[in-house]
Amino acid sequence: MGLPFTVSCEHYGVQTTVPEKRSIDNNLTRVDKVFHNLVTLGAFFSMVVLAAIGGFLLYRGFEIFKDFGFSFITSSKWDIGNPEDTSTAILGIGAMLFGSVITAIIAVVISVPFAVATALLIEFYVPGWIKTILVSILDLVAALPSVVFGIWGYAVLLPLVEDWSVTIEHYLGWIPIFNVPSEIFGRSPLLAGLLLGLMIVPIITSVAREVYSQAPRELIDAASALGGTRWGALRAVVLPFGRSGLVGGTMLGLGRALGETVAVYLTLNLVFEINFKILASAGGNVASLIATKFGEATAYELKALMAAGLVLFLVTLLVNFGATMIVNKSRKIV
Amino acid sequence: MSVVVETMPPVPTRPWRNSKTTGMRNLAAIVLAVICGGAINQVTGLSGFLGLFLGAAFLFPVFVAVANAKRGANVVTDRIASAVIAVGFIAVTIPWLSIFITVFQKGSEAFHSSYLTDDMRITPSGDDLQYGGIAHAIIGTLLMVLVATVISVPFGIIAAVYIVEVKGRFAGLIRFLVQAMSGVPSIVAGLFVYSTVVILFGGFSAWAGAVALSILMLPTVARTSEEVLKLVSVDLRTSSAALGATQARTVFTVVIPTVASGLITAAVLGVARVVGETAPLILTSSYFVATSTNLNDPIASLPIYIFSNLGLGDQNATARAWGGALVLLGLVFFFFLLTRIFSSRIKRK
Repeated sequence: MGLPFTVSCEHYGVQTTVPEKRSIDNNLTRVDKVFHNLVTLGAFFSMVVLAAIGGFLLYRGFEIFKDFGFSFITSSKWDIGNPEDTSTAILGIGAMLFGSVITAIIAVVISVPFAVATALLIEFYVPGWIKTILVSILDLVAALPSVVFGIWGYAVLLPLVEDWSVTIEHYLGWIPIFNVPSEIFGRSPLLAGLLLGLMIVPIITSVAREVYSQAPRELIDAASALGGTRWGALRAVVLPFGRSGLVGGTMLGLGRALGETVAVYLTLNLVFEINFKILASAGGNVASLIATKFGEATAYELKALMAAGLVLFLVTLLVNFGATMIVNKSRKIV
Repeated sequence: MSVVVETMPPVPTRPWRNSKTTGMRNLAAIVLAVICGGAINQVTGLSGFLGLFLGAAFLFPVFVAVANAKRGANVVTDRIASAVIAVGFIAVTIPWLSIFITVFQKGSEAFHSSYLTDDMRITPSGDDLQYGGIAHAIIGTLLMVLVATVISVPFGIIAAVYIVEVKGRFAGLIRFLVQAMSGVPSIVAGLFVYSTVVILFGGFSAWAGAVALSILMLPTVARTSEEVLKLVSVDLRTSSAALGATQARTVFTVVIPTVASGLITAAVLGVARVVGETAPLILTSSYFVATSTNLNDPIASLPIYIFSNLGLGDQNATARAWGGALVLLGLVFFFFLLTRIFSSRIKRK
């Protein structure tokens, strides 16, 4: 690099040699190389786990996919037939998949407006110290175990929803989804959906709150300076800004609702039929099917449960991939 | 001629704040809404507190609108929106409060002097409430959570170190995978552990339960640790590097000690997340009525204690389930408080 040359410092009568310029490289020391490799290896643990979950469930449930093919997903009959003879079994999770989807949709439809209201209130309406308290409460509720939600839903929410269902059926029974020919209410998709909705409100709220808090302050102030009301600013600036983040948060909630086991197990009657009458006491979801049948399952049925688990895994993974991508994108805008 | 002009300093005004009259009007609207809600409650068949709330919830925005009617359409819309937001928030908190209150009320019925120290070894679930206890479930849960913590925290922190410190080529991918992993349904984690650990090692065990919990814990730990590591200022890292430290040394002697309390928060947050997981434990650790610390055998846990007692339908068993729910809630609350304490420590630094 630099040529060696001498500088004479006549004042002092000394000659100094400026040393040759060192070359600076970015190569890691041996320790750091080892460190990097180890950390990289450890970081891929999550990928290994995800791959292993998919792989093992596929391996254990492969026979089911081979035997039933696509009808495992579409058929809604669950009959192990003669336990000695696996060829007499007819297994399909169509009804359960439908149940997962309908309860999750009810949950999302109910929870999103409330989550938005809560997020707006926390972010724009209350003073700082109340905000801190509310955020703590929200985090606490998000950490509440699903079995606690379940037991509360069974003991407290069930009688209430049963009452409401009778009233709704009485007045709105002519609408197909509210019609209950069996007159058996109670552990219905509506109840399970409502409970799931309560469980996912904190999730959606915290994502929505985070996105709303990043809304450009100067635009909100500009809206106020132009004489707009608070709602005017929220509607014109904050809500449009947070739309994609809200969609992402909603999908995260949807993923949680799709995979919930215990709360649904306790509040929804497991019946193997596609039930879109949301007030009727019949339904189930894939996760609660697994929890219900697991204890007494035959070897062949167990394989079917593994296959059902794989389907659930893939569906929630897909929803979560989408959600993560949308949420990350809305974060990057800022 | 000289004129003396007396100037008063202008009184600071805050035009954006609600004036007293507005406040009074809003208060009147709330009171009126509650009264009318109560009246509707009496006339129609709506029952109890919920009926009162429902009536008030619909009337409140209307009254607020009427109270502000002469201030123009924009203000009216604004006030209606505020009222609806407030009502929506209260509507959400009612069930949450109800959960806490119900669990506390019904749970305390199951408590007796030695509830926390006895187990169910010689007591059937339907037995009178002064017998038996929940010690086996508490010990089992804590044991499995401890093992799960030991497994998942190192991997969680390593993932965070990779993303924040090493900043490797796959940092984006790893973060994405960790986020995706946080969406894995708990029952799927349970099925996975069943299909591997339980089948391969012959039977239900506390080990299997701990592995299932660690899978569910990892994403929480990794994501929180990532946020925590980002708090370390770049100056500290560059100073360390300038002193000639390798990156490994910087991480272990500078970065991690700086945010140690934050990393503990991450671990405790993970614990709070999984301590109440039920579904995976049904498939992995099963249940046992006596106190046990043997990790190779089935073991009791609080969620399964609740779940199995609830399934019996017996009155005393149900009361025991509520007692378990109260203890579980207490544990979650305890861990949650711990995270607050530790995280307030980082903020002070």
